[in-house]
Amino acid sequence: MTASPLAVLHDPVRRGVYEFVAAQGAPVGRDAVAGGMSIGRTLAAFHLDKLAAAGLLEVTYARPAGRTGPGAGRPAKLYRRAVGEHLLSVPPREYRALAEILAEAVEESGADAAAAASARRQGAARTAAIRGGLAPDDGADPVALLTELGYEPYLDGADVRLRNCPFGTVAAAFPPLVCGLNLALIEGVLDGSGCAPRLDPRPEGCCVAIRLSKNNGD
Amino acid sequence: MHLAQLNIATPVAPPGSPELEGFMSRLEEINALADRSPGFVWRLVGDDGDDATGLRPYGPDVMVNLSVWESLESLREFTYRTGHLELMRSRRQWFKAADGPYLAMWWVPAGHIPSVVEAGERLEHLRVHGPTPEAFTFRAPFPRPGTLAA
Repeated sequence: MTASPLAVLHDPVRRGVYEFVAAQGAPVGRDAVAGGMSIGRTLAAFHLDKLAAAGLLEVTYARPAGRTGPGAGRPAKLYRRAVGEHLLSVPPREYRALAEILAEAVEESGADAAAAASARRQGAARTAAIRGGLAPDDGADPVALLTELGYEPYLDGADVRLRNCPFGTVAAAFPPLVCGLNLALIEGVLDGSGCAPRLDPRPEGCCVAIRLSKNNGD
Repeated sequence: MHLAQLNIATPVAPPGSPELEGFMSRLEEINALADRSPGFVWRLVGDDGDDATGLRPYGPDVMVNLSVWESLESLREFTYRTGHLELMRSRRQWFKAADGPYLAMWWVPAGHIPSVVEAGERLEHLRVHGPTPEAFTFRAPFPRPGTLAA
C-alpha cells in the first residue's frame, strides 16, 4: 500500500483544488481554478503542480479555442483528473479483488438477473436511507440523490449524465455485467422519481444516462 | 496485423422463436453499427442473408460471430462503448451461460480473412491452454506481434 498520492490531499485547499478540477467537464488552467476557488493564481498553480506530481491530475497543453498560428501565444497548461485509481484502506482491505472474484463467478454462472435484482434493492435502500425511508416522488431531483451517492451528475439536455464511473477497473473488466448492475442500482435509487435510466455509453464517463421525468423542473 | 475475434453462443430457443425476438429484432441495427464503427474490417455473413445467424459451423445449436478489426481498442470501443453494450447486458435472456470460453481473439496478417475452421481451433486452444498469444481475451490480451508489451 502506498499512501503518498493520497497524502497530498491532506491540505484542505489542495483537496478543494482537486475537487474543483474533477468536477469540470474539460481540462482547466490555473486561471479558471484561481477564479473558481477565489485563490491567487500562484497558489492555484502550486497546488495543481503538486497534484500532478502525485499522479492525481494529468497535464495537457492546448491553445485557447480560436487562437492559432503565430501570435497565438504559448499553449496553456491544463489539468484534468487522472484516470488511475488510488485506494486507501486502514486496516488493509482487498474489496476490489473480492469484486473481481464475484464478478467472474456471476458471469460464468449466468447469474446476472439475481445480481441485478440485488443491485436494484440496494439502490432503493440507499435512497430510503438518504430520504428517511421515503422513495422519491415523481419529479424529484435525481441530481441531488446521485451526487450524494458519488456519481458526479451533470445535465445534458433532457438527460442527466454521470462523469464518474463508480466501479472503474471492475467495470472495465466486466462491462456488460458491472455496467448492467450499475444501471440496476440507479434504477433502484430513482425508483418512483419518474426518471428513466438506460445504458448509453460514450467514450468517457459512466455508461448510464438518465432521461429526466417530464415533471422535473416544474 | 489485424485482430480476429470469434464468439459463440447457444440460444435458449431457435432464432425464429418468440424467445429470441428481442435479439433478432436488434441484429440488423447492431450489425450496421459494427460495419460503420472505426476500425471495423470484416465480419462473417452467411450466403442467405446479411448476418451469420443462419450459420452453424460448430454444431446445430451454436450461433457464431466472427469478425476482424484493425485493433483491440477498436473492437473494445464497439463492444463496450456503443449500443452493443445494452445488447450484451441482456444476453442471458437469449443465450445460455457458456460452459467454458465463448470468445477468442488472435492476431492475423492484415488482409487475412479467418475461416470458421481456423477460428474454431483458436477457441479450442484457449479452452485447453488458457490465454496465450495464439488465442486470448479482453481481460487477458496479448500485444500485436512486433510491438512491445505495454
